Amino acid sequence: MSSHLPQSPLDNHVTSNLPGRHRASRIWRYIFLGSTVIGIIFLSALLLNISNGVIGYVAIENKIQPGKLVPAGVTLEELDQDALRSILQANISSGLYRRLDRDIPFTDRSVDEILKLINQYVIEPTVVESWDLYTSLFHKDTVLTEVAQNHPNAELRFISWLNGQFLVQPQNNRPEFSGIRTALLGSLWTIVITILVAFPLGIGAAIYLEEYSTDNWINRLIRTNIYNLAGVPSIIYGMLGLAIFVRAMAPLTSGAIFSLTDSPTANGRTILSASLTLALLVLPLIIINGQEAIRAVPGSLRQASYGLGATKLQTVWHHVLPNAIPGILTGTILAISRAIGETAPLVVVGASTFIDFDPTSPFSKFTTLPIQIYQWVSRPQAEFRNIAAAAIIVLMILLLTLNTLAIAARNRYIRR
Amino acid sequence: MRTSQPAQDITSPLLEPDTNFAIQAQNLYMYYGSFLAVKDITINILPQKITAIIGPSGCGKSTVLRAFNRMNELVRTARTEGEVFFHGQNIYDPAIDPVEVRRHIGMVFQKPNPFPKSIYENVAWGARINGAKGNMDDLVESALRAAALWDEVKDKLSQSGLSLSGGQQQRLCIARAIAIKPDIILMDEPASALDPIATLKIEELMHDLSQQYTIVVVTHNMQQAARVSDYTAFFTMDQDRAGYLMEFGPTDHIFTNPREKVTEDYITGRFG
Repeated sequence: MSSHLPQSPLDNHVTSNLPGRHRASRIWRYIFLGSTVIGIIFLSALLLNISNGVIGYVAIENKIQPGKLVPAGVTLEELDQDALRSILQANISSGLYRRLDRDIPFTDRSVDEILKLINQYVIEPTVVESWDLYTSLFHKDTVLTEVAQNHPNAELRFISWLNGQFLVQPQNNRPEFSGIRTALLGSLWTIVITILVAFPLGIGAAIYLEEYSTDNWINRLIRTNIYNLAGVPSIIYGMLGLAIFVRAMAPLTSGAIFSLTDSPTANGRTILSASLTLALLVLPLIIINGQEAIRAVPGSLRQASYGLGATKLQTVWHHVLPNAIPGILTGTILAISRAIGETAPLVVVGASTFIDFDPTSPFSKFTTLPIQIYQWVSRPQAEFRNIAAAAIIVLMILLLTLNTLAIAARNRYIRR
Repeated sequence: MRTSQPAQDITSPLLEPDTNFAIQAQNLYMYYGSFLAVKDITINILPQKITAIIGPSGCGKSTVLRAFNRMNELVRTARTEGEVFFHGQNIYDPAIDPVEVRRHIGMVFQKPNPFPKSIYENVAWGARINGAKGNMDDLVESALRAAALWDEVKDKLSQSGLSLSGGQQQRLCIARAIAIKPDIILMDEPASALDPIATLKIEELMHDLSQQYTIVVVTHNMQQAARVSDYTAFFTMDQDRAGYLMEFGPTDHIFTNPREKVTEDYITGRFG
């Protein structure tokens, strides 16, 4: 049996190049597969590298062993408020004691809070050395020898830097007590206001450009410029935000005209300024995606609507927008992802590098997760890199959560 | 009724707009940018009759149809000169709102284009936005009955309009047009995307609807024009591709005894 089909006498000008064409297909298939694999390797390396820093052994040394603070046979947890208070008073400077009392009077503090203060200021557990996950898992003997040699008094513990305390603690100048509460709240405030500003503006502009504007040179110029704006480096938006929102619009962005100034030192360097800057940054993304989604709505639907005596607004509202919503939300997802990870413009706009109180309004001073991560990785102590890795994981989880919400909303519209 | 009139009379310019005509186009010129698409169309369309517009591709049949309810204005570059009277009122008068025109002169398109909504909503939506009062359920039922679709969809009104077959979708579009109580229904090749059985149903429906409505239908299908229409307008185009009205008259005249040689050639299939 021949492996070829019978040859027509008419196609003698065709040479059989079929094996060659199949070979080319195979080669390119492997090239495409290779690109995918390389991409996956890079991503896995990134994830491994981050998780490597989040979990591992730490050697902790206490300045004073808790047992030495109390009479034999009793533990700190068994003492009442007054006893704990006198222990604290006896072991810290009177200046610090007075300052703590001034912040919140000791009579108003619970037993747990005083225990926390004793832990922080008296026992002062310090991470003297930390090991990454790889070493902790595969070279435990090395870890043990190092602890025995270098830190005979230290306690070895296997911990995750990313834990409940890390999420709810404000920032601190000691990595052991540091958390991302302030940065997480700052990021949430910022992203919510950004979307509240950018989404309606962006969709409005997209509707105008696609459905209302005529095709003249001004509108073509506007459209071209929106495309270009999407590619402008984010730090330039930061400069713009600094000049306009922080400086020129300070009475508004600091809340002064509403008599809502949160902190006299904030001036215009508030959550509102940051959100407006980020909103400017993501506006082109939302407009472009919105325009494309609106353009993809079939013209026959518009014709059907106009043919029934609908006005432009009725056509847009009842037919164009509902059918464009999935595409519009895709643009919004991109915008959220972009805005939540931005660091440079916020540095320029004036994110605080160290604040330990919660943002309470759009007029609060703020810091965000990327700013916090950036600040921690630039510290000399190794432990700050551990908590930076933990913060990166929180940032990624936050991003995935927000995107999942947007995708769920989009799928709901697609099904309808 | 003026069906016995000679063909020349219904294409001749009138000195006065006549309210007895459903549509009168007078010296209509239409442009897309600088391109002259149709020129000097003068045609009078009688009420409660089916008027077919036939002619070769690109001769401006659909363009003229869209001029009758100002749908052509949705094309940004389109421009219209001349006058179109609807029962004696010029619809291109600056005081006339095109949205109002389209409510009185409905349209059915070549490709069935139901909204991606329920069957009920497809019919009810147009009526509702136009401020229809009264019982919406009754209106939907009567429109679907008039479009000969009620029996097929009465048990699945909440299903998507897109779940219907092509022929049913087109009848849904007709029901949707009927629900806004128009005076005239313009149909732009309503059966060209349908199979012969669905086409036949649409043709029967057109015949029934012509008891109440004036219908203007653009078609490529000569047999369809001969089967359903009372009057036939034959369009052709000059060497610059500008369409114009060649001949207009009662369908039996046009098909059996055309005045022009070109018409006869087109109808007998010798050209076009």
